Amino acid sequence: MAGEKQAIINKLRQDILAWEGFKPAAIGGAHFGLGPLEAAFPNKVFPTGAIHEFISGRPVETAACGGIIAGILRVLLEKGGICVWVSYTRRIYPPALKRFGLNPDRVIFVDVPLQKDVLWVMEEALKCQGVAAVVCETHELSFMESRRLQLAVEQSHVTGFVLRKDVKKENTTACVSRWYVQPVRSQLRAGMPGVGLPRWQVDLTKIRNGTPGTWTLEWCQHQFRTVTPFTAPEKLHRYA
Amino acid sequence: MPKRFLSLWFRYLLTDWKAVRQPELRGKPFVFAEPNHGRLIVKAATATAQQFGIEEGMTVADAKVIAPDLTVFDHKKGREIKLLGGLAEWCLRYTPLIMLDPPDGLLLDITGCAHLRGGEREYLKDMITRLKDIGYDVRPAIADTIGCAWGVARCAQKGLIVPEGGHRNALMPLPPSALRLPMDLLMKLQNLGLDKVSSFVHMPHSVLRRRFQKELVLRLLQALGQEEEFLIPLKETVPYSERLECLEPVRTREAIEIAVFKLLDALCKRLYGEGKGLRQSELIWFRIDGKKGQIAIGTSQASNRTDHLFKLFSLKFDQIEPALGIELFVLEASLVEAVNDKQAGLWAGKPGLESEEIAELIDRIMGRIGNEGIRRYQPSEHYWPERAAAPGGHEDNRIDGEWWNDRPRPIQLLEQPELIQAMALTPDYPPKMFTYRGKRHVIVAADGPERIEREWWLDPGEHRDYYVVEDEEGGRYWLFRSGHYDSKEQQLWYLHGYFA
Repeated sequence: MAGEKQAIINKLRQDILAWEGFKPAAIGGAHFGLGPLEAAFPNKVFPTGAIHEFISGRPVETAACGGIIAGILRVLLEKGGICVWVSYTRRIYPPALKRFGLNPDRVIFVDVPLQKDVLWVMEEALKCQGVAAVVCETHELSFMESRRLQLAVEQSHVTGFVLRKDVKKENTTACVSRWYVQPVRSQLRAGMPGVGLPRWQVDLTKIRNGTPGTWTLEWCQHQFRTVTPFTAPEKLHRYA
Repeated sequence: MPKRFLSLWFRYLLTDWKAVRQPELRGKPFVFAEPNHGRLIVKAATATAQQFGIEEGMTVADAKVIAPDLTVFDHKKGREIKLLGGLAEWCLRYTPLIMLDPPDGLLLDITGCAHLRGGEREYLKDMITRLKDIGYDVRPAIADTIGCAWGVARCAQKGLIVPEGGHRNALMPLPPSALRLPMDLLMKLQNLGLDKVSSFVHMPHSVLRRRFQKELVLRLLQALGQEEEFLIPLKETVPYSERLECLEPVRTREAIEIAVFKLLDALCKRLYGEGKGLRQSELIWFRIDGKKGQIAIGTSQASNRTDHLFKLFSLKFDQIEPALGIELFVLEASLVEAVNDKQAGLWAGKPGLESEEIAELIDRIMGRIGNEGIRRYQPSEHYWPERAAAPGGHEDNRIDGEWWNDRPRPIQLLEQPELIQAMALTPDYPPKMFTYRGKRHVIVAADGPERIEREWWLDPGEHRDYYVVEDEEGGRYWLFRSGHYDSKEQQLWYLHGYFA
């Protein structure tokens, strides 16, 4: 009896997820190479057709967020399509996107002269079904604004990324997830000098219908790889 | 269909204009004068002044004797052309083909236009009444040829609308001055007693040519319609244009939206039928107070979709100032291209740079933020980081070259490298520590140097030695030292980017 009840509840949960636009793993199929992190998402699939919020307080964090976004975009753009990158003060260096498997010429950069137009352009782009993904670099995002963006993607199923820079105060938004990405020390084989592969500590503090958590990821051979956190090296300054 | 021409003669063009600007001068005698060999010569006089006997070419001193309370204004060269230009633009509401006829007239090709206002008589009446309301005294004439219309407007007392085919009869009783002839020819004709067109129209052309040069024959033939004469329109007519006249002047946004949608719908239907799409379009509106304005849109791909074009226009509706009301809308497609014959339904939703949806999205963004902000990058064969990606237009689809991936490049590049305080213990080794904006970063790992030479043929300066460094907190930076290591001089270190 109890098992039957549980089955009904699970079925209902699945239905609700489907209505909310989260596809089951078998149909979605796309593998985002996020490794164990994907277990955090509903149905264990990175939610496309939703707004993801990345929060950064420092330039290095913004760069780290850029790396993660570029890595996810690679999968989104695999089947063709283009990406729109909206920004007010853009520092993204297009040739570097290639390192994350993203062809820079498939990205349309929109540099908006007025900050208030950033979200307008974002919304317009999100409404357009021919776009695979939209990235928006902005500063503030109120609940109302995030709700508008969310409504736009519910119609068009475009994936949106909001990269909020220099956030002083966090507020509630209607985004599906909230990510904090911090760069952490890279690690090479013991005794090897130099800088290793890009490595980040990803905090997924909010994920709708999922389980938040913390992971350490590394970008290795065109996909993300989970690694054990960095342990203190036995010897610093070994290159000098 | 026979051609019909309308000639407008502004008898008191300059003085009427002055009276319009200064209503207190209306009905008063005043003249425009310009200096000529140390004397002031009358250039234009009002009707009242002409009743006194003041004429063009008289000296102001003489005129003042006749009419002591005469007011004299300075004449400015070229003003009448400017005025005529303004009047011609005003007349565009009656016909698109208008030619200036200096010094004091306009020529309009009204073929096929008059029936829109219920016949030539009503057409003319409407135009003349409106011009009179503004304050211009004008004499019109409609005829089959330009020459005839010109002559009838200036010389005939009645019968200003010459019926079709009647231009020959209308010319007969007119004096030779109706034929647009120079003064010396007119004198000669007068001396010979040829005071009417009918008195010499039957003479053989060879005789006329011998006596009065070929000018007379040419003008005569033109007036009779035996020699073709062309009207060079003031404004090139746009082949794809739509007009909408409002019965009542419109002021509300809804009304303007309806008007624009109607115009676009008609234009797009026509374009669609011809397999064309528009790239540039202007919406021009005429207000009842005589002002006009326009908004323009551009598209990145030829389009004939009403909804899309309407959206582009609606982004700019805020610029329309209807004031008292708009009486006429004109929509022109100034640049038209063949449109790719796509089945819109089939292509919708298919991603790709060529898709119509992307083009329409870009049009909308362009309408809001302008053309400069939208870029795509192409690989460019330069090692110098600032030049490695060439910004291009969003529509440029071909890619020359490859994106390089073999060198570490930061995901965020500062527009201008920022000066930092760095401490390097060993020459040509990465720094141990650097300070940027008051924060100390201790470097624990580094790669480099990667020397990038400056492209001396493009700009002079020092080369850069780049290092990828990682600080204790895990932040990865791209630093460079400008120039060679030199123990005597202080080294300049810069931060140029952040790695992911």
